[in-house]
Amino acid sequence: MIYAGIDIGSITAKAALIKNNQVLGTHVILTGYNPLKAGINVFETLLTKVKISKADISGIISTGYGRASIDFADKSLTEIICHGTGAHFMNPKIRGIIDVGGQDSKAIALDRNGQVENFAMNDKCAAGTGRFLEVMANALEIDLDQLGDFSLKADSPSKISSICTVFAESEVISMIAGQEKRENIIAGIHDSAAARVAILAFKINIQKPVMMTGGVAKNNGMVMALGKRLGLNLIVGNLAQENGAIGAAVLASKL
Amino acid sequence: MSDSLSEKRKIKSAKKMRDIMTTYYLDAMTAEQNNKQVAWITSGGPVEPLVAMDIIPIYPENHGAMIGASKMGEDLCIKAEDMGYSSDLCSYARSDISCSIVKGGPIGGLPKPDMLICCNNICGTVLKWYEIQARLYNVPLFILDTPVCHTGYSPEIARYVRAQIDEYIIFLEKVTKKKFDHDKMARVGRLAFEGQQLWRKILNTTAHKPSPMSAFDAFFFLALIVTLRGTQIAVDFYRDLLTEMDQRIKDGISMVPNETYRLLWDNLPVWYRLKWLSTKFSDHNACLVADTYTSAWCSALNYIDEDNFLDSMAEAYTRIYLNIGVDQMADQVLDMIKFYDVNGFVMHSNRSCKPYSFGQMDIMKIVRKKAGIPVLMIEADMVDPRNFSQSQVETRIDAFMEIVKQRNSPNDLCRH
Repeated sequence: MIYAGIDIGSITAKAALIKNNQVLGTHVILTGYNPLKAGINVFETLLTKVKISKADISGIISTGYGRASIDFADKSLTEIICHGTGAHFMNPKIRGIIDVGGQDSKAIALDRNGQVENFAMNDKCAAGTGRFLEVMANALEIDLDQLGDFSLKADSPSKISSICTVFAESEVISMIAGQEKRENIIAGIHDSAAARVAILAFKINIQKPVMMTGGVAKNNGMVMALGKRLGLNLIVGNLAQENGAIGAAVLASKL
Repeated sequence: MSDSLSEKRKIKSAKKMRDIMTTYYLDAMTAEQNNKQVAWITSGGPVEPLVAMDIIPIYPENHGAMIGASKMGEDLCIKAEDMGYSSDLCSYARSDISCSIVKGGPIGGLPKPDMLICCNNICGTVLKWYEIQARLYNVPLFILDTPVCHTGYSPEIARYVRAQIDEYIIFLEKVTKKKFDHDKMARVGRLAFEGQQLWRKILNTTAHKPSPMSAFDAFFFLALIVTLRGTQIAVDFYRDLLTEMDQRIKDGISMVPNETYRLLWDNLPVWYRLKWLSTKFSDHNACLVADTYTSAWCSALNYIDEDNFLDSMAEAYTRIYLNIGVDQMADQVLDMIKFYDVNGFVMHSNRSCKPYSFGQMDIMKIVRKKAGIPVLMIEADMVDPRNFSQSQVETRIDAFMEIVKQRNSPNDLCRH
């Protein structure tokens, strides 16, 4: 039996297939303006990739901000429960999850059985999310993917004091004008975003071991900054971005 | 759901209450022509002496709720901000202050007050808010200062507040140029006591499974115990409403079809999103069976001596939910969780209401630890919709309900 999970995030759409408790394949595309189209596209591309047909799928669960748009899913569940399930599936020892996506960041506490015990999400503010990092990467004229490597070369991280993304961008621009080292500015940006996310983890009194999921987990500079702020080593799997979709597929097997 | 079923679920007393409220506001609007005086009073203020003096009490906060529910809050709040008031100021205060100038809102503004009665047992904002209105309307203002009872009601507090009740009566005699009638006060006091007892009984009916009404209904039916407390009208109405609730229990009529999960709500309602929230929870087969807000109008009943109302009301008005310590608030919440047998606790972190929202994190931790039920915190505002983001709140509620379902039975989560 093969099950599918589709996670429509604000920036990327992810699909995952599981079979016999193993990940059969995953795929990630940009969401664009039409969540349903993105869902169909990411799902069908994945099916082609792993060479199976729609008829082989026994159940589909959708998740993420666009979850309700996926009309071909059997059920939709929130990304909180899906990330919890995904993390537990990948590593049953996990008790805490930090998921930083495009427009939200969250901290999730799991009990010993992998059930979500508690969660906290960013409120009406994009500081500490992927979008925050994207705005900063634009201001610094570098690719989002390069942020991490740049920041690891910092010798003295700059201090970004504004919480607001727009004001923080102005701060970064004046730092550029002041000829501060780009590496230091980027490290400062990561520290600032990490501080916002850490508040969520403290709110729910997160317990070790903690896994980081979501697209931002691919940014090693951010993982370092967050780990330092929380005083622990974050576990990052190579399917961190697809974790929500994997969780959705696992839950689909329980339909 | 078929039409007849949904018709059956409607609470019949609602129409009567709307009529009573319309008459109440019409009386207030025409007070001057009928040689009656109008007093604006804070929601937690001692209204009974006003009723005993035949003064019509008007509640800017009830008006604020009406503004919120009719989705006129944003406009009025922006107008107040244009006047120079901060967007951090309470949205009831902002909408009331701007409404006094532009005569907007669902009823074209409140009738002009002859006096203002401000009791700070609910918050500190009311002090400045009422001072502003006293200057605008050029009318006398009486302030009843009720110190916060963090741990208990000390003899010093008792003497201090009781002395102000006497000053309050002197103030009323001066403004109305009439003598205070103590016999009438005793009658009004008994009616206030009876009204609150009935209100408590009504709220207690939701302990029944399934619940005959939800907190959303309580938010609506609350208006009379606030505005007409101490009158026969309120007593008669609540007696009928209680009968209707008892009948619903007998007939097995629930407010939420297929009530499976029972929740407790904290803080004021999100007035402009009542319908959306009620549908959202109902879609999850969840009923908000009780709340800490509407019960505030009967939670101090234990301190009232109906045969000695004037003396005992000092204590009753001082020891209301918002004027006690966080530990005591948490104790009340824990009692409610037990009494109503709820599966989860939903807290509204209300941008406007600082005294209600401050301390919520502590209460949340206490509830998690002692009751062991899931707790959700949503950020919003009671009147200003600019502080509400639907998709954020929706994801939180959905995730919270998934946790509640998973706790109840892991199979519930993936059930269609």
